[in-house]
Amino acid sequence: MSAPLAPARPTRISLAVRDSSTMLRRNLLHARRYPSLTLNLLLTPVMLLLLFVYIFGDVMSAGIGGGGADRSDYIAYIVPGLLLMTIGSTTIGTAVSVSNDMTEGIIARFRTMAIHRGSVLIGHVVGSVLQCVMSVVLVGAVGVAIGFRSTDATALEWLAAFGLLVLFAMALTWVAVGMGLISPNAEAASNNALPMILLPLLSSAFIPVDTMPGWFQPIAEYQPFTPAIETLRGLLLGSEIGHNGWLALAWCLALTVLGYFWSTSKFNADPK
Amino acid sequence: MTNLAIAATGLRKSYADKTVLDGIDLTVPEGTIFSLLGPNGAGKTTAVKILSTLITADAGDIRIGGHSPATDPQAVRAAIGVTGQFSAVDGLITGEENMLLMADLHHLSKQEGRRVAAELLERFDLTEAAKKPASTYSGGMKRRLDIAMTLVGDPRIIFLDEPTTGLDPRSRHNMWQIIRELVSDGVTVFLTTQYLEEADELADRIAVLNDGKIAAQGTAEELKRLIPGGHVRLRFTDPAAYQSAVSALHEVTFPHSRLRSSGGTPIDEALALQIPSDGSQRDLRRLLDRLDVVGIEADELTVHTPDLDDVFFALTGPANVPNQPKEAVR
Repeated sequence: MSAPLAPARPTRISLAVRDSSTMLRRNLLHARRYPSLTLNLLLTPVMLLLLFVYIFGDVMSAGIGGGGADRSDYIAYIVPGLLLMTIGSTTIGTAVSVSNDMTEGIIARFRTMAIHRGSVLIGHVVGSVLQCVMSVVLVGAVGVAIGFRSTDATALEWLAAFGLLVLFAMALTWVAVGMGLISPNAEAASNNALPMILLPLLSSAFIPVDTMPGWFQPIAEYQPFTPAIETLRGLLLGSEIGHNGWLALAWCLALTVLGYFWSTSKFNADPK
Repeated sequence: MTNLAIAATGLRKSYADKTVLDGIDLTVPEGTIFSLLGPNGAGKTTAVKILSTLITADAGDIRIGGHSPATDPQAVRAAIGVTGQFSAVDGLITGEENMLLMADLHHLSKQEGRRVAAELLERFDLTEAAKKPASTYSGGMKRRLDIAMTLVGDPRIIFLDEPTTGLDPRSRHNMWQIIRELVSDGVTVFLTTQYLEEADELADRIAVLNDGKIAAQGTAEELKRLIPGGHVRLRFTDPAAYQSAVSALHEVTFPHSRLRSSGGTPIDEALALQIPSDGSQRDLRRLLDRLDVVGIEADELTVHTPDLDDVFFALTGPANVPNQPKEAVR
């Protein structure tokens, strides 16, 4: 007699995709129902953009391109940095919502269900990357409205710029998820994720690295934001990319892998 | 012999230097209600968390629906449903969205998911509130939604961790009704509670958990038989009558010291007597005859039949009830 056939079990991958997309729908529903967190976080880069261009613009523009630059040159200089800062700012929201989520009983329910284990985190990450893209588009639109132009870039360069933004968003998001997981509450999460918005201030987003004090230049030059900003500038405006392209790619991959393993090990540990 | 839905032996769990579960054994036959009873901090929730794969045990052999949480947690998860102590609903989305989320996670088709969600919302009297965010629900509604969500996957074994804590009496009785219906469908229920009445009302078998150990296990009747909690209480207003009653009944009485802990005045306290009794008519008549012989009339007579309270207090140790009379635990 032959053994009874085992019931068709969905493969691991299809289970992961299905459950992750369910979790993604849940997170997008949250974001749509309560947009205030996302919009608040969007305010920071938009305010900074307007502040630096219209209030500090005259002084700031004197510092770039060896002097003689005007306000429109400074807009061109600052927008790529602010697009990446927008990603940093959005991921603070990710840390907060992951931390909020973990305090909810529903996560304990998910853990006792026969679903793909990682789907909770993957749902957060994909949702956050989508939100980053949306936020970048909005901030970019403000940039264009005040005079930012990238007419020289080819379609391929645009595609590469988009790819860089998505990769960077994914890298920061995985790290932010880990920050959210180790934070006992939303306040702590928002504090722990502060580097996401402080680091761009210490990068080449607002002023060129070579105008900074000598001892600080290596820090500013090799932290994750500067290579990404310089690469984005190169792609959109045609400036020199140099080794920054590889550096940016390396940072994105390193942070993604690090954030992924950190987050999943935290999530898989016994809850307290 | 019936199959066991839950079987655990030598379950141990400790955090840092605190031992929460100190080697407990539990068996629950299919289709029955098992209640784990114990004071706060006894380890009830930890036991549920281990059995429902939420945390891992330090030691012990566990089978849930025939599967081991240690080696095949997903198989265990596929067989169980869990409603934890703190509501496991997503407060940011509506009741209906919560139900559909569960349907999606159980891989039901869209149509099937909608049907099951609507059916359960109806059954738990939540249809009207279905389109409102779950965070706006009352405590009772949240619990009902919580259980409705647990039922989406049609689990054969359900863990309910203090399902009625914080509910008003009406909601509590509704919850009991729901639990009874579940079992009539052949589901196994593992219930924790700190309410003795609840365990007495619902459970086929009860285990009293105290300080990480099972202090006693059995049916409510078996547990009650462990402790001679039944007695008759006589209260007097006249000290002389009280004194003569004491001497007339001295071999069987002891002062009702529980009054002391419930704040009776010294006079009242001295004037109450507690006589062990099974509460039967014959027993009562013998007592009254005896009082008649010496011409004593009590001002108040109450019959106290043994209940799980007596079991609970006796088993969970004097530390919890400082003024428990020693004589009651002969």
